[in-house]
Amino acid sequence: MERSEEYIKNERKQDWRVALQKKIKAKDRMSIERALMAETAPEVRIKSQRIEVNTGLTKEQALTEASRCMDCVNPTCMEGCPVSINIPKFIKYIESDDILKAASVLKETSALPAVCGRVCPQELQCEQKCFYVTKLNQPAVAIGFLERFAADFERESGHVSTPEMATENGIKVAVIGSGPSGLSFAGDMAKLGYDVTVFEALHEIGGVLKYGIPEFRLPNAVVDVEIESLRRMGVKFITNYIVGQTASIDDLKADGYKAFYVGSGAGLPRFMNIPGENVNGILSSNEYLTRVNLMGADSEESDTPVLRGKNVVVVGGGNTAMDSVRTAKRLGADRAMIVYRRSEAEMPARAEEVHHAKQEGIEFLTLTNPIEYIADEKGRVCQMKVQKMELGEPDASGRRRPVPVEGSEYILDCEVVVVAVGVSPNPLIPNSVEGLDVSKWGTIEVVKDKMQSSIPEMFAGGDIVRGGATVILAMGDGRKAAKNMDIYLTEKYLSN
Amino acid sequence: MNKIVEKEHFSEKIVKIVVEAPLIAKSRKPGNFVILRVGEKGERIPLTIAGANVERGTIDLVVQKMGVSSTKLCDLEVGEYITDLVGPLGKPTEIHNLGTILCCGGGVGNAPLLPIVEAYKKAGNKVITILAARNKNLIILEDEMRKHSDELIVMTDDGSYGKKGLITEGMEEVIKREKIDECVTIGPAIMMKFCSLLTKKYEIPTVASLNSIMVDGTGMCGACRVTVGGKTKFTCVDGPEFDAHQIDFDEMMSRLGGYKQEEVDKFDQFQK
Repeated sequence: MERSEEYIKNERKQDWRVALQKKIKAKDRMSIERALMAETAPEVRIKSQRIEVNTGLTKEQALTEASRCMDCVNPTCMEGCPVSINIPKFIKYIESDDILKAASVLKETSALPAVCGRVCPQELQCEQKCFYVTKLNQPAVAIGFLERFAADFERESGHVSTPEMATENGIKVAVIGSGPSGLSFAGDMAKLGYDVTVFEALHEIGGVLKYGIPEFRLPNAVVDVEIESLRRMGVKFITNYIVGQTASIDDLKADGYKAFYVGSGAGLPRFMNIPGENVNGILSSNEYLTRVNLMGADSEESDTPVLRGKNVVVVGGGNTAMDSVRTAKRLGADRAMIVYRRSEAEMPARAEEVHHAKQEGIEFLTLTNPIEYIADEKGRVCQMKVQKMELGEPDASGRRRPVPVEGSEYILDCEVVVVAVGVSPNPLIPNSVEGLDVSKWGTIEVVKDKMQSSIPEMFAGGDIVRGGATVILAMGDGRKAAKNMDIYLTEKYLSN
Repeated sequence: MNKIVEKEHFSEKIVKIVVEAPLIAKSRKPGNFVILRVGEKGERIPLTIAGANVERGTIDLVVQKMGVSSTKLCDLEVGEYITDLVGPLGKPTEIHNLGTILCCGGGVGNAPLLPIVEAYKKAGNKVITILAARNKNLIILEDEMRKHSDELIVMTDDGSYGKKGLITEGMEEVIKREKIDECVTIGPAIMMKFCSLLTKKYEIPTVASLNSIMVDGTGMCGACRVTVGGKTKFTCVDGPEFDAHQIDFDEMMSRLGGYKQEEVDKFDQFQK
């Protein structure tokens, strides 16, 4: 649960922490080099969708890396964490070789530490606020690597802990969507004593963690272990259930549900509306990744087909585009290409993903934009017309606006095109709930710090509110919503 | 959940199954569909709901053996379970009392058409139903349709039953005979295309229900996109019914074959 600043400061003064602080001189800590994450060789990993790229720190590496952490009086790293993990505490437990305790610290505030340790953009969050970066201009403590190490160690040890739970209060709450936001919310509410049921439209729990992020970045087995932890905490899961369609919110209320958390995600893929975009062989990254990640279409045993081609173009520059193009490589493409309208510097994808993609032989056609698709006589895409771009004045996003270069069009061969230019919020909940305030973009309007919608008993977070963000921000919303829904329900039902 | 409680062979390749799905039985409306999956390696496929029994908590599905997934579904026996079943999905049919409705079903399209015929009749319309197929054996749900229609016309390509001729010939006869206020067409894409061309000529508002390729059925994948009135729509959340005169049927038919080669390969593998 949330701890006050003072509590965190006092914890730092505990004997074991003080002893550790004195064990190594600051100068010596600072002279240690940041650990390097071991990786499966590119030529090996591109042969399968299911070989993880990063293989994790060894225990020795982790203990050494943990000793780089200065256990700062003012741990600014924590300000950078959307779910407020007690970063110095878990790292110091690693340093003192009590890895299981480190893992239990992670679980105090994060429902998915093994997931976050893999997919969070730490370089923009905790690690960006690390003392090494802000004061020493040196590489940050590898907080993400350490988080992953502790979570993996616990899972592999077989001693998976369950966090401290409040007494059950019997109040039923429903979670709509089992992605990172819903799971984070469910974990916190279960800890607070609520009777939590998560409703999922698909046949698998995990949302984007299962259908979106590929196994080479986040193995499904890792996600399943975290879901199992939530089950042990009493969270119930119902798959194949679309709230608003299978049953209405009113039906659920009649079933005794007192409040709802909507984490239904950014469902609708965007397209560019250019000529030929609906010919065969052109699909959204959602479709492409769902076929492979959720339905296992990379395997011959799966009944679900997936399109393969020698030349695969992925349009876009975000993490989803990287996931798609690297998947294409693994499905056997000779040329797997990114076509992105701005330059590499503006790419929203994590630097690590771009780096890994390049190692794997992905081609980057930056400052290039598709303007038309050309189909063969069977109606399947065979070429795309692209146009070169140059960067002009900054636009509303602060990034320099790409401007077409006249007369620069040329033709690119492609048998498969994956469009990864963003998503819009899923309309199912906004359309099926009367009285719910929705923005003109289709996102649910909430009171920002509370995540409460225009319907008092309905809270929302993640991409259905943000329109398209990261796993960790969605999780942060889930925590915020849990805290505020608890206040709301306590006032309404538990205070006499 | 999802236990098969009844199974009936309409023909060698067309099977009706009644499956336990109490929540869907209660909440489904005419026009809605479900997504289902057979086996842990199964594909997610959409099927329009052909009927429901709320007391019994069951829904009816009519399936035609085409490829791997439909064959696996047809091969399930009473007492077995459908691995996953979710719905109801899609926008329901807009049912109003408009006057005279011409309902045109082709092949297994009769199955999703049945609840629509039923609803139009119940709303006070005069319902004229035309069922068409290549031959007598492929005409399904005739008795049920007759029960809810003021008039039922059967057309077969080979004349083995009812009148000989294409569905459009039967339609034109009716249209010339009396005023039709709305037309609904469900069947093979090519049939819907020609139904639509005919009613456009006579300026009769027409609705077609599309059976696009889908993965999730909730708007997420975009596999089911279709051009309607020059704009891209998603069959799953914007449809499955659209103004037939606005649908780009040629594109739609091409998109139905989007995974043809892959599907054929899977089927060959399955038969081995």
